[in-house]
Amino acid sequence: MNAVYVFFTQPFQQMAADFPLFFAEVVISGILAGMMYALVALGFVLIFKASGIFNFAQGVMALFAALTLVGIMERFGLGPVPAIALTVLVMILLAWLIERLVLRHLVNQEPIILFMATIGLAYFLEGVGDILWGADVKALALGLPRGASPWAMDNLGLYVEQLELVAAGTAGILVVVLAVFFQKTTVGRALRAVADDHQAALSVGISLHTIWVVVWSAAGIVALVAGIMWGAKSGVQFSLSLIALKALPVLILGGFTSITGAIVGGLIIGVGEKIAEIYWGPVIGGAIENWFAYMLALVFLLFRPQGLFGEKIIERV
Amino acid sequence: MTQAVEAGRPLLAVDGIKLSFGGVDAIRDVSFDIVKGEIRAIIGPNGAGKTSMLNVINGFYHPQAGSVSFKGKTRRRIRPYQTARQGIARTFQNIALFKSMTTLDNIMTGRLTRMKRNIFWQAVHLGPARAEEFEHRAFVERIIDFLELQHIRKTPAGRLPYGLQKRVELGRALAAEPELLLLDEPMAGMNLEEKRDMCRFILETNARFGTTMALIEHDMGVVMDLSDRVVVLDRGIKLADATPAEVRADQRVIDAYLGVTRH
Repeated sequence: MNAVYVFFTQPFQQMAADFPLFFAEVVISGILAGMMYALVALGFVLIFKASGIFNFAQGVMALFAALTLVGIMERFGLGPVPAIALTVLVMILLAWLIERLVLRHLVNQEPIILFMATIGLAYFLEGVGDILWGADVKALALGLPRGASPWAMDNLGLYVEQLELVAAGTAGILVVVLAVFFQKTTVGRALRAVADDHQAALSVGISLHTIWVVVWSAAGIVALVAGIMWGAKSGVQFSLSLIALKALPVLILGGFTSITGAIVGGLIIGVGEKIAEIYWGPVIGGAIENWFAYMLALVFLLFRPQGLFGEKIIERV
Repeated sequence: MTQAVEAGRPLLAVDGIKLSFGGVDAIRDVSFDIVKGEIRAIIGPNGAGKTSMLNVINGFYHPQAGSVSFKGKTRRRIRPYQTARQGIARTFQNIALFKSMTTLDNIMTGRLTRMKRNIFWQAVHLGPARAEEFEHRAFVERIIDFLELQHIRKTPAGRLPYGLQKRVELGRALAAEPELLLLDEPMAGMNLEEKRDMCRFILETNARFGTTMALIEHDMGVVMDLSDRVVVLDRGIKLADATPAEVRADQRVIDAYLGVTRH
């Protein structure tokens, strides 16, 4: 019992008491990073909810969207606003094409087959992005603020990264919009209906094709937002598609079918890995941030495989 | 009710339907029609092809041969959401409700085919789409009253007992104001009281709104009470097509149900 206290509780109490500002900074930066993870996880949740497909291509879609945005700005010399509007149109077109050329032909197939199709899609999109816009690292010059927030610095004496603040704010707005869309609108109700029961949805006149285009468009737009935020942070480059891997533990924690879950899962992982790095890093030997999320996901799988907010899987026998 | 049958034109006619899965013939050359305003029962032993027939009518299955005509128009290949938009609603043998949605929301989905605003307005939920939603909401409240579901309006469908789930499913189908309503064993697994309620709702719907219905049912007493005409299927073949009284007296039908050896 004593060992548990020394390892899990004492360091935090001590740090919070000795260096409250530092502790606050770590937690805040964890929350902000968590919102960035949540942004990626959100795209997965949308598609999984409506079609039961785990979209392996979600990360590449973020990369593709960011590449397209930069490409349009560079090639046609457009400002950020028209370029973003154009990219949104491209993502909707992409959703329509994916439905037409891939999903439509795989209706009623096993989930694993659809999953394989999204792997194919991921590599295809990566190639297309390469051919269209080139493979070099690009800077995303949208004029988003960078560096420490002067307000937090002056008033609270805290270092808070402005870009992360913007990202977190955007993610928050996006979540509210999506929640309203799902709960309050007619299309949202149709989406939930499809998520619940395909056959019943068809019998009340819902076209699965239309719904899929809507969901993949929404996921495409979420991917664009994620691509913008991560691209602004570390440049638009191939490794952007790997952020999808970070979304996996977030999904396992939050549950694959819950928007709230994506947010809460993102926050737990964001804060968790920052704290772990700083407090346990010296004990274990550092680089905890690289594996902490996966370890946490593994522990979660053992105790709550459906995630915090996922629907409990009950089979009647 | 029989007057309606004599006077009416067929609302739906199936002609020479043949349906097989791999090598198994589910339906072999079956024809019948459903006249506007009638309650048409489809009966037969297990595996007779009754549910397959409903699935052909509402577009889940595509028959290898034969034709289906609805409202005088013969159709070939059609998708289920299109038949729904043409005015065919249905319920399912093993209940297909949206389990995580409330009773109210489930029945609201039944109104989708009646909503006129395009998908963009529905998605942004502003102005005209919003006003339209309120109108439909009022209609759905009337259905909830009619089916006596007030006390479970806000309960997720998945948590309801079996009998009530069947009733909510009927409500969802009625919300579409269908011209043809397909009921797949609406009373299966119900106790006597629930059955009586369901019978009452079916008869009242038919009387009040003149809804044409095709229903599959095993309980012969229910079939006798409800239906105007009966189609009997056995192993994918039509055995009889007559009034309930005639069907009950038909020796071939009795044999099929009792399993008399064939030659």
